[in-house]
Amino acid sequence: MQIKILGSGCPNCKILEANAKKALEELKIKANVEKVTDIAKIMKYGVMSTPALVIDEKVVSYGRVLTSEEIKKLLK
Amino acid sequence: MNIFYPLQIFVDWLVYSLFNLGQGSIFGKAINFFIYDSIKIFILLAVIIFVVSYIRTYLAPERVKKVLSKKLEIFGNMTASTIGIFTPFCSCSAVPLFIGFVESGVPLGVTFSYLIAAPLINEVAAALLWGLFGWKIALIYIASGWIISVVAGFILGKMHLEKYVEDYVYKVKMKQGLKLEKKTQKQRAKDSYQEVKSIIKRVFLYVLIGIAIGAFIHGYAPENLLTNIAGKGNWFAVPIAVLIGVPLYSNAAGVIPIVSSLIEKGLPLGTALAFMMAVTALSLPEAIILRKVMKLKLLIIYFSIVALGIIFTGYLFNILI
Repeated sequence: MQIKILGSGCPNCKILEANAKKALEELKIKANVEKVTDIAKIMKYGVMSTPALVIDEKVVSYGRVLTSEEIKKLLK
Repeated sequence: MNIFYPLQIFVDWLVYSLFNLGQGSIFGKAINFFIYDSIKIFILLAVIIFVVSYIRTYLAPERVKKVLSKKLEIFGNMTASTIGIFTPFCSCSAVPLFIGFVESGVPLGVTFSYLIAAPLINEVAAALLWGLFGWKIALIYIASGWIISVVAGFILGKMHLEKYVEDYVYKVKMKQGLKLEKKTQKQRAKDSYQEVKSIIKRVFLYVLIGIAIGAFIHGYAPENLLTNIAGKGNWFAVPIAVLIGVPLYSNAAGVIPIVSSLIEKGLPLGTALAFMMAVTALSLPEAIILRKVMKLKLLIIYFSIVALGIIFTGYLFNILI
């Protein structure tokens, strides 16, 4: 599984990354978590409000810091 | 009828009876002012942030850009400024926002109206103004902020500055057809509640410190402290207030309570409005971030026009009121 966090490095992006890692750990899913900070790359996903969460190249959420519980639901 | 009247009775009882501070003493008055204002402002902050956040759940930029790309000229500026009222402005989202708007064909001037209104008119400033100055001043602030962003955006649009946008911005291609989130009413309410919590957590300390300094000025500073140096007679006061406001970015929460006390000490309302607008609308971190998408010349023109608009508003209110 490939997880991407889109964001220019604002505090919210870091919280989202931590929440995503926590969710993965709790579900015992092995996944690659990658941070995308390059603005042109972020825009390619069609996202304007960061942070955004991408699971297997699909944008599942944007402009919101999801809790680890919410991310768990998306991962299942 | 003041809806906060029962609160005043409670605080009077708390300070003068329970704490037994002298009703006429300056210290008692300052403490009373501090407690009453703090409680009132946090109630207003919670309510206003909740309402604004709720409306905002309908106004995601991904949705807004579609609406704005269809509007022309002045109507576009008006719509963009109105939407900007409900939008918070985290400077870290300025760049994707700018590129996204340009990419989907929103005119540059309309994009500017949005960029100006979003930070200038924000819910924290509105709540504080309402709490400390009354709803009329809050409304004047919002209305003049709206007019500044419409007019400044319109002028910037007429100047044909497209060539001063960084070239790569025009090359970015966004994926179309991003699924817009559909939210239930319950989800929207939950998001708004989260927003209330996170904003209040962020501004809590600044507001308390601001009110404490304000209460101190209220109680101890001499009347007419500022009448001579910054009164209406001094024509340089407005531009100087704007210059002082620029580096105080993001501290509107702490600055507004202090300004409200300074008005009692002879700071004219127009000068105070200009100062508060400069604090919220013009900031160095924002300028540095926007430099990524705008050439220096555009950035300077943009900031100058907004600053002129704010200074003009300051003079206007000093003359009118």
